[in-house]
Amino acid sequence: MSWTGKILRVNLTEGTIKSEPLNMDWARKYLGQRGLATKYLIEEIDPKTDPLGPGNKMIFATGPLTGTAASTGGRYSVVTKGALTNAIACSNSGGYFGAELKFAGWDMVIVEGKSAKPVYIRIADGTCEILPADDIWGKSVWDTDEWIKKRHQDPMMHIAAIGVAGENQVLYSCIVNDLHRAAGRSGVGAVMGSKNLKAMAVRGTGGVKVKDGMRFLKATAAGKKVLQENAVTGAGLPTYGTQVLMNVINEAGAMPTRNHREVQFEGSHDISAEAMATPRKTDGKKNLLTNQACFGCTIACGRISKIDEQHFTIQNKPKYWHASGGLEYEAAWALGSNTGIDDLEALTYVNFICNEQGLDPISFGATVSAAMELYDLGLITKETTGGIELKFGSAEALVKCVELTGLAEGFGRELGLGSLRLCQKYGRPDLSMSVKGQEFPAYDSRGIQGMGLTYATSNRGACHLRSYTVSSEILGIPEKTDPLATEGKPALVKAFQDATAAVDSSGLCVFTTFAWTLNDIAPQVDAACEGDWSPEYMMELGERIWNMERVFNNRAGFTAKDDNLPPRLVSEPAQTGPAKGLVNGLATMLPEYYQLRGWTTEGVPTNETLSRLGL
Amino acid sequence: MSTNDGTIPVTLKLYASLGVHLPAGHARNEARVQVADGSSILDLLDAHKVPRESCHLVLLNGVFQPPATRGEVRLKPEDAVAVWPPVAGG
Repeated sequence: MSWTGKILRVNLTEGTIKSEPLNMDWARKYLGQRGLATKYLIEEIDPKTDPLGPGNKMIFATGPLTGTAASTGGRYSVVTKGALTNAIACSNSGGYFGAELKFAGWDMVIVEGKSAKPVYIRIADGTCEILPADDIWGKSVWDTDEWIKKRHQDPMMHIAAIGVAGENQVLYSCIVNDLHRAAGRSGVGAVMGSKNLKAMAVRGTGGVKVKDGMRFLKATAAGKKVLQENAVTGAGLPTYGTQVLMNVINEAGAMPTRNHREVQFEGSHDISAEAMATPRKTDGKKNLLTNQACFGCTIACGRISKIDEQHFTIQNKPKYWHASGGLEYEAAWALGSNTGIDDLEALTYVNFICNEQGLDPISFGATVSAAMELYDLGLITKETTGGIELKFGSAEALVKCVELTGLAEGFGRELGLGSLRLCQKYGRPDLSMSVKGQEFPAYDSRGIQGMGLTYATSNRGACHLRSYTVSSEILGIPEKTDPLATEGKPALVKAFQDATAAVDSSGLCVFTTFAWTLNDIAPQVDAACEGDWSPEYMMELGERIWNMERVFNNRAGFTAKDDNLPPRLVSEPAQTGPAKGLVNGLATMLPEYYQLRGWTTEGVPTNETLSRLGL
Repeated sequence: MSTNDGTIPVTLKLYASLGVHLPAGHARNEARVQVADGSSILDLLDAHKVPRESCHLVLLNGVFQPPATRGEVRLKPEDAVAVWPPVAGG
């Protein structure tokens, strides 16, 4: 119960569709979504397979609480080998697509092979079809969504699609569902494009059965009460969204600026949550229209924005005059501070294009900022960029870059390589602010030391969502630690990594953990799912998943050398703010982290560790 | 250095829902204000009627100040005090 017990296997090479029973032994060990789909993936693919080849598979996976009455129970993940990283990839998204897949009766869809021609997959409850996508290949995510709903005369469908960027295998292209929610990182959209798969459209009319209905309702009601009464999840996030962090992180001196050359951005206020909620001087209207919730969510942190119609980005482009997904903190930082651009309206437009064409705004923004540094150093010129004057601070340049990258045209094709390959091409790989090929998110690890270890050891490449120690180091949740200290951070990172892996496997949103611990989550899982799900077992499950992902990466060729940070962060001290004079202390933290993990000094899980975790 | 009237200049930054407590003439959620020499962070916040229970995250020149020290730390000229209610993101 809570799982549907069925998975759908679609082979695009053969054009076949099969229904299979879910492996319940695995479900009890890996729960669902991230954990369970990763187990399926590593059992079925060669870790050394080309991520863009037909040997790679991609799994759209729900968790057992997806589609239930649990708050935030609408999540799904796309698990595959990442196009950007060559490592395990697991990109998590909200919206309504995940719950719809569950209502259609499926825990997961495993996509195999490669179609000879563009196709999309249509799922309607127990039926599934592979349909030609010739009419939508070359269209944006937004146009694809509209076309499929019209084609099937069903506005209630929920659709996950790639844009032109994914079709052209831009290496950080993402999969966008419900127009502006995304399985964003690691290039899962490029994998989908490599399979000639344009979209997956789902309509489900069933429900989700839980083990003990009354106990589940009580557990989920108790959980919602905690979220409502918590000042962060009950008021802070719905009112200001993630963007409230812009001024916090800047004040703390951990705001990566101009490709991490600096740690504070003079224009941060102008692109912050406070600025979004302030009437514009130009038209007297606010950028932010309202907040928005994903399926079942009682937090509602999403932003819905509208750009000033006279702004240079959308003058004479009525297509973009409507309200759409607004800036989240990660996008605003990557597109703004990291490029030195303080034009809120321009950033909102660039974010719209990222949603429309399916680009990860973090990797896109970070790649543009790396290119701006190459331009600043004279390593690329206007000849390289096709005439774009790629200076830090130029909103016009950023806008041109996103339009080209979204369509994989001109200099956009180079930007579509991601920062590491781009910087390698021009002889300065050290200027790529990435780990395992994936660009950093919005926290400079000289000012938040634990995030350096988080990035270096993240199984999917640099990522904040694998271990958000910012919560403790800056925000004081669950308890305050010193962001400038390395002491205690290995244990903190490990605890965050393991707990997050469990949450990511449940169908719930990790943002609940600003208020919930596993003591709040486990009773909900236990009431819904067969088996015994204590907080302690959930933590063990998270550790098992983390090690399973690590083993995959080791087999794919990653070693301890890849648990590293760019030279800038470990050799160039921060110049301002509380971290002035500091570099990241990764070398101090990493050996202790390996020891706590039960890994060798080479970063390999010992047989004893694997045995203890049942791997 | 204090001025002749025994006050010192500091910068008060109030974000999110606390912005309503900023004095007139503020810009970008911050204001330059004078406080009596020897004032603590709490003295500054009380003077601007910022509810203490709403002051979750308090940074003095970017460094976190726990509740226990907010009444003890004496402000110096040109200090910057930034305050948020409970917020988070990611």
